[in-house]
Amino acid sequence: MTLRERLQAWRYNLVPDHLIGEILTKRWTDNAIPFLALVVTVATFGTLIPGFFKPLSLQESTRQLGEFSLVVIGLTVVMLGGGIDLAVGSIFALSAFAAVSCFFIFELPVWVAFAASLAVGAAFGAINGYLIGYLRLRAFLTTLVTFIIGRAIYDILVVAFASRVQMSSATSPIWDFIGDGTALGISVPVWAAFGLAIVTHIALTRSRPGWHVLAVGGSRRSAYNAGIKVRRTVFLTYVFSGLTAATAGFLIATRLSGAGPGTGQGLEIAALTAAVVGGNSLGGGRGSVAKGLMGAIIVLVMTNGLIRLGYGTGTNQMVLGLLLAVAVTIDIRWLKNRHKVLNEVYVAPVYLAMGPTQSAEPGSGTPYALNNRLSVADAIGLGALEGPEDVILDADDHLYCGTRHGEIVRFFAPDYTRSEVFAHVGGFPLGLAFDASGNLISCVGAMGLYSISPDRQVTKLSAETARSLTSIVDDARLRDPNDLDIAPDGKIYFTDSTKRYDAHDWTLDSIENRATGRLLVFDPKDGSTKTLLDGYRYTNGVCMAHDNKSLFFAESWACRIHRYWLEGPKAGTAECVIRDMPGYPDNINRASDGTYWMAWLGMRTPSFDLSLRHPAMRKRMARRLPQDEWLFPNINTGGVVKFDEQGRIIQTMGDLGGASHAMVTSMREHKGQLFIGGIFNNRIGRFAIEGADPDWTGMRAYWGAKP
Amino acid sequence: MAILRSFGWKSLNQERIVLAIAIGLFVMAALALPGFLTTGNLVAILRSVSVLGILALGMAVVVIGRGIDLSMVAVMAMSVAWYLQMLGNGVADGTAFALVLAAVIGVGLVNGFLVAYAEVPAIFVTLASGSFVFGFVRSQLISQDAVPVPRGHWVETLGRLRLASVPPEVFLFAGLAFLAFLFLRFSRWGRFVYYAGDNPQAARNIGIPVRPMLMLRYVISALAALVAGLLTAASLQTINTRMVNSTLLYDIVLVAVIGGIGLSGGKGGVRNVLYGAALIGILLNAMTIIDIPLLYQNLIKSTILLAAIIFDGVINPRDEQTAQQGDI
Repeated sequence: MTLRERLQAWRYNLVPDHLIGEILTKRWTDNAIPFLALVVTVATFGTLIPGFFKPLSLQESTRQLGEFSLVVIGLTVVMLGGGIDLAVGSIFALSAFAAVSCFFIFELPVWVAFAASLAVGAAFGAINGYLIGYLRLRAFLTTLVTFIIGRAIYDILVVAFASRVQMSSATSPIWDFIGDGTALGISVPVWAAFGLAIVTHIALTRSRPGWHVLAVGGSRRSAYNAGIKVRRTVFLTYVFSGLTAATAGFLIATRLSGAGPGTGQGLEIAALTAAVVGGNSLGGGRGSVAKGLMGAIIVLVMTNGLIRLGYGTGTNQMVLGLLLAVAVTIDIRWLKNRHKVLNEVYVAPVYLAMGPTQSAEPGSGTPYALNNRLSVADAIGLGALEGPEDVILDADDHLYCGTRHGEIVRFFAPDYTRSEVFAHVGGFPLGLAFDASGNLISCVGAMGLYSISPDRQVTKLSAETARSLTSIVDDARLRDPNDLDIAPDGKIYFTDSTKRYDAHDWTLDSIENRATGRLLVFDPKDGSTKTLLDGYRYTNGVCMAHDNKSLFFAESWACRIHRYWLEGPKAGTAECVIRDMPGYPDNINRASDGTYWMAWLGMRTPSFDLSLRHPAMRKRMARRLPQDEWLFPNINTGGVVKFDEQGRIIQTMGDLGGASHAMVTSMREHKGQLFIGGIFNNRIGRFAIEGADPDWTGMRAYWGAKP
Repeated sequence: MAILRSFGWKSLNQERIVLAIAIGLFVMAALALPGFLTTGNLVAILRSVSVLGILALGMAVVVIGRGIDLSMVAVMAMSVAWYLQMLGNGVADGTAFALVLAAVIGVGLVNGFLVAYAEVPAIFVTLASGSFVFGFVRSQLISQDAVPVPRGHWVETLGRLRLASVPPEVFLFAGLAFLAFLFLRFSRWGRFVYYAGDNPQAARNIGIPVRPMLMLRYVISALAALVAGLLTAASLQTINTRMVNSTLLYDIVLVAVIGGIGLSGGKGGVRNVLYGAALIGILLNAMTIIDIPLLYQNLIKSTILLAAIIFDGVINPRDEQTAQQGDI
C-alpha cells in the first residue's frame, strides 16, 4: 500500500463524512437556525435592557406574547396549508371590539362577550376560507383586501361607539382576572397560548385533519388525488386562524378594557414575520407550531426591545421589513437548495482495496470462466414482466416472481404461458421463500418482511429492528431488505443491505461502498426481529445450508460469500468461505446435488476496482457529475455460479451477448430445470441442467414431501 | 361563469364592463349631482386620478410581468420626504436629487434582484422592502412625519403651474401613459414583458433575458413612485409620510386590477389603466360630492376591490400548470 493510499484510507475510513449528510436529512435541522436566532435575540436584548428578566417586566411582556402567539399559531396553520392570512389584524381588532361592546355597552356576561368574539372571528375566517378555499382566489391579495375591509368597518365602529364604551360602568371579576390576573404566577394569555400550542401541535402531528392540512400544503394536487377534500381543508385553516385571532382579540379587550384606533395595527406584518422567521415555509407543508412560537418570541422581543431602548418611530417597521426579507430569502433558498446540498454531501465514499481475482474470461481455464450457457434459456413472460428479482416455485410447480410494480405474479405450470397477479404488495418484492405452511415470505424493497398466505392475504411481519444508540440515521427501519431464507424451526433469516439508502438507490450504495449491511432474524413465535451481524458491504442473498446447521450469505460489494453458523462450536459467528470473486454475488439457493447456486449481478472491472481505492475521486464524481455519467459497477454481464459446501467453485455460466440474461439476481432449481431472474430483466429464463435430479424441488428439500 | 361563456358572453370582458360602468356612473352623476359637470370639477377629477394613474402605470408594467409592487407608496412618500429633508438641511439640490434618484433605483434593483434571482415571491419582497424603506427613512433620515417643501423650490413652482387652468400632473400622466403605451405595444422589450408574464419559463427558454428585465420593471415602478411623490408634494406643498399607512396602495392595485390587468400576468395594457382610473376617479369624486365620510369611502373602495379580485379570479382562473408551489 503506498503512502497516498494509506492516507486516503485513513482520511475516508476514519473521518465520519457520512454524518453530515445524515444530519441534514433530519427534519429538526430546520429548527436549528430559528432556535439560534432566538437565543441570540434574547441574549442581546437581555443584556442591553436592564431589568429585562425581572418577573414584573417579564409578566407584562409575556401577556402580550401570549396574545401574539395565539395569532401566530393560527397563521402558522394557514401557512402550513399553503395559504396566508393577512386579515388577522382586522379579525383581532373586530373581535376585540365585539367583546368590548358586548361587555360594556350591552352589559352582557363575560362568556357572551367571549362567544361574540369567537363568532366574529369564525365568520370572518369563513369568508376568507370560502374565497380562497372554494373560489380559489389568491390568498395574499384576498386577505389583504378583506383586511382593509375589516379595518374600515372597525374604524367606523370605533368612531361610533368609543364614547359609549368609556361611559359604561360594567365590571366583572372574571373580566378583570382574564385581563389582569395570574394563575400560578402565569398570566391567562400565556396559559391560553400554551394550551392552544399543545393542542394544535398534537392535532397537526397526530390527527387526520392535521395531516390533511400538511398534505394540502405539501402538494395540493397530490392531496387532491389522494382523495383529501382540499377545498374544505383550506377553508377550515382560515376558520381556525380566525378563531385564534379572535381569542387573542378577546384577551386584549380584557387587558385594555377598551378598543382604540390603534388596536391590531401592524399585527399582520408582525405575525407574518414571526411565522416566517420561525422557519415556517411559504407555500406550505413544512413548519410547526414550535417554529411559530420561536418566531413569535424573536419578533416580540426584538420590537419591544427596540421600543424600550428608545429608538424612534419607524424603527420597528425597518427591523420587521429587514427580518422578513432575510427570513423569506433564506427560507426560499434553503428549500430550493436543500436537496442539492444533500445530494452533494450525502454520498460519502470510503476506501477499499479489492483483492486480486481469478479471471472470468471465457476460455481462461479458471473455475470462473464464463460460458454462453444462459443465452439459450427459454423465456417466460417475455415483455410482460418487469424486474423479477427473485423467482420461486411452489409444490404444484407454479412459478412466482415479484415485479417492479409492487406485485407478485404467478405463472401456471406446466408451460408457464398463462399468468395472473397473485398478490399486490405495494413495494418491490425482492427475495422470496415458502415457509412450512405454504405462505410466501418476501423481502419487500424499502418496506420490510411480508408474508402472503395461499389465499393471498398480505401481512407485514417486520419493518424494523432495534435502533442502535450511536446511529444518526434511523437504522431501526429496514431500508433495503433484500433476500431471506427460512430455518426448519420457522425462523426467518434475512438481509438488510444498507442503512443509508433506500432500495432503489442501491447503486449509490455501491459508489459509497460503506459497510452497513446487516443479517437479521425474524422469529415468528414472538414476532421479534434481531440484528445478528452488522457492517458488511451490501449483504444480499441468504441460503440455509443443506444440513441447516449454518447459512450462507453474500456480501455483494466485497465479492464475498460468508457462512454464518447457527449450531456447533462456531454458533453465532461468521466466516468468509469465498473471497475475491470476479463478480458481485446476489441471491444464493440450494442445488439438487448438495451444492449451491449463486447469482452474479455484475462483474468487477479494473476501473471500478481502482476507483474504490480513490474515494476522493468518487466523492468528486458524486458532487460534480450528473448521476448518469457516474462510474458504476458493471451490470451488463452477470452469471450463475455453482459452489460446494467448502466454497469451491464448480461451474460458472453466463450470457456473453447480454441479450437475455445480462444481469442475474436469482436462480432457482426445480425438477431438473433452472429458473433465472434479473432485477432489470423483462423475463424469466429456464433451461434444463445436465445431470440434475429431475425430481428435486426446493419445497421438498426444505419441508419434506407434500402431505 | 360557464353559463355566461356558453352563451357567448365572453365578448363582454372586464375591460368593457368597467368602461360601461364608468360611463354609466358619469352620466348618472352628471344628471343627479349638481356641480358635477362643471369644468372645475372635471379638472378636479382628472387631477385626482393623475397621481394615482401614474402609480398605476408603474404597477401595471410590473403586474403584466406577473409581479406586484407593494413598496410603491413607501418609496413614493419616503423618497420625496428624504429629498425635502435634505433640502431643508441645506444639501445642494443636485446632490440631494442624485442621492434620492440613486436610492429609488436601488430599491427597485433590490426588489427585482430578490424576485428574479433569489426567486422570492414578489409580494413578500415588496411588502418587506416597503416596510423597511418606510422604517429606515422615518427613523434614520427624517425627523417628523410631514416634511414641507422649501420656499421658492422648483417643486413649489411646479405645484402652482397651470396650463389652461389644468395642473401639470394631468399632462404628465397623459405623457407617461403614452410613453408606457409605446413601450408596451411597440418596443421589443415591451412585448417581452407580456411573454415573461404569460409564461416565464417558456420566455426564458426562448432566450428572453427574463431576469434582468424583471429587475428593470421594478426600477420602472420605483421611478413612477418617485414622480408621483414629487407631484403630490408639489400640489400639497408638503409630503406626509403617514400616507404609507393609508389605503393608497390598495387604490393603486384597485386601478390596475379593476381595469382588467389580470394579476396572473401577461394581460392588459395602458388602456386598462385609463379605464380603471376613470372609474375610480368618477366614483371618488361622486362620493365626495354626496359627502360620504372618508371611512365609508374606504369601505366602499375596498369592497369594490374585493369584487374586482373575485371577478378577476373567476375570469382568469389560476393556471395550475404554470402556477408554482408557493405562489400565493
